Amino acid sequence: MFAGVGLDEALAFTPAEWTAVFLSLRVASVGALASLPFGVAVAWLLARRRFPGKSLLNAAVHLPLVLPPVVTGWLLLIGFGRQGMFGRFFEQAFGLVFSFRWTGAALAAAVMGFPLMVRAIRLSIEAVDGRLEEAASTLGAPAWFVFGSITLPLAAPGILAGLILGFARAIGEFGATITFVANIPGQTQTLASAIWSSTQDPAGEAATWRLTGVAIAIAVAALLTSEALAARISRQDAGE
Amino acid sequence: MIEIVVRHRLGAFAIEADIRASGRILAISGPSGAGKTTLLNMISGLLRPTEGRIAVDDVVFLDTATGFDMPTRLRSIGYVFQEPRLFPHLSVAGNLRYGARFARRDSPLVGFDEVVALLGVAHLLARRPARLSGGEKQRVAIGRALLSNPRALLLDEPLAAIDDARRRDILGLIEQLRDAFAIPMIFVSHQAGEVERLASDIAVLSQGRLVEMRAGAARPRSG
Repeated sequence: MFAGVGLDEALAFTPAEWTAVFLSLRVASVGALASLPFGVAVAWLLARRRFPGKSLLNAAVHLPLVLPPVVTGWLLLIGFGRQGMFGRFFEQAFGLVFSFRWTGAALAAAVMGFPLMVRAIRLSIEAVDGRLEEAASTLGAPAWFVFGSITLPLAAPGILAGLILGFARAIGEFGATITFVANIPGQTQTLASAIWSSTQDPAGEAATWRLTGVAIAIAVAALLTSEALAARISRQDAGE
Repeated sequence: MIEIVVRHRLGAFAIEADIRASGRILAISGPSGAGKTTLLNMISGLLRPTEGRIAVDDVVFLDTATGFDMPTRLRSIGYVFQEPRLFPHLSVAGNLRYGARFARRDSPLVGFDEVVALLGVAHLLARRPARLSGGEKQRVAIGRALLSNPRALLLDEPLAAIDDARRRDILGLIEQLRDAFAIPMIFVSHQAGEVERLASDIAVLSQGRLVEMRAGAARPRSG
């Protein structure tokens, strides 16, 4: 059916493949959710504040989008490896180790998805009418409350879109992940790296098909969810 | 006592006004582009003038001579903008409560039910702003500002977005507010005649300058 692979074979997932699929879902969810607060904070800074070094921050945020992923992965290894400055700090302070662990894959996923996430959230914050925020401040609301009660809910569709974009990008992450945490089955072998492994295996064609199908399904589901949620929120805002 | 003494440059446009009104209701009139809204923004703290002094009764909001500039949220100015600026994701009740949430506590609070009754918005409380008429939005915006228990109420062209039939309603409402609450009011209108009977003082602006200061019909006769 699929280029010489039968339907039964195309559905016969091995336990190792399921492991890779669920690991990917975990890595992408944790990576996207953990980076969301930072994404919102940075997007708000870029959208609403003027400060020295703003263009530098903007450039730094977008760097993973334009750098070769393998470079980002190597820089993560240098910084967040067990000998790296940040790696040592996280290990001593929180007992959190990144290198060659799934947590490192989540970190790589977060970093690689960050530019897309920030971009979507920034656009949605910029689209919030600043005059409403002014009105809230004339009513006595402090800045943090204005942000939480006006900016955040009105930007919610974009924040959600940013989260899902970050998640989808994380599911597809390959280059930085394999450089930073390698491709250890059960530990750091994500969907993307499992697909890459199966393409290297002369007998891996069926596995490649199975995993590719899952990758497509996750991507389509993420996009449809994002669309549906955004439509629902904009209907609510219209008061219907 | 309302004191607005400011000098400000906005590119080619300059504002220079020296308004001291002894009454409770100050109307600022003048053609569009005269700088009326700019003055309201300065009173509310949304815009900081190059130099000046702004005070209502005994409360100083800004005095650049001493470097004092009270942040907007602490000024307790109930600002009813020309476009009502209701929060679209909150119901009418939610908008009104937003005003009450940070209300000034050092003077008797304005009651929620009292305001709802006065403005006649009880039947609208559950609605979103998108489903209100222009006049209804204006009423909710006035209610929201009142519930913040303001030191002064600013109304920017309260009649502009409203059809003729509703104008009398809003004018009547402003009159009621004047009588029911002892809150100083500053309102802006490009039609001096319309506001004449409500105001105790009228300041006429033209091209950023105060060109006339006179007493309105509501000026209490002294002696």
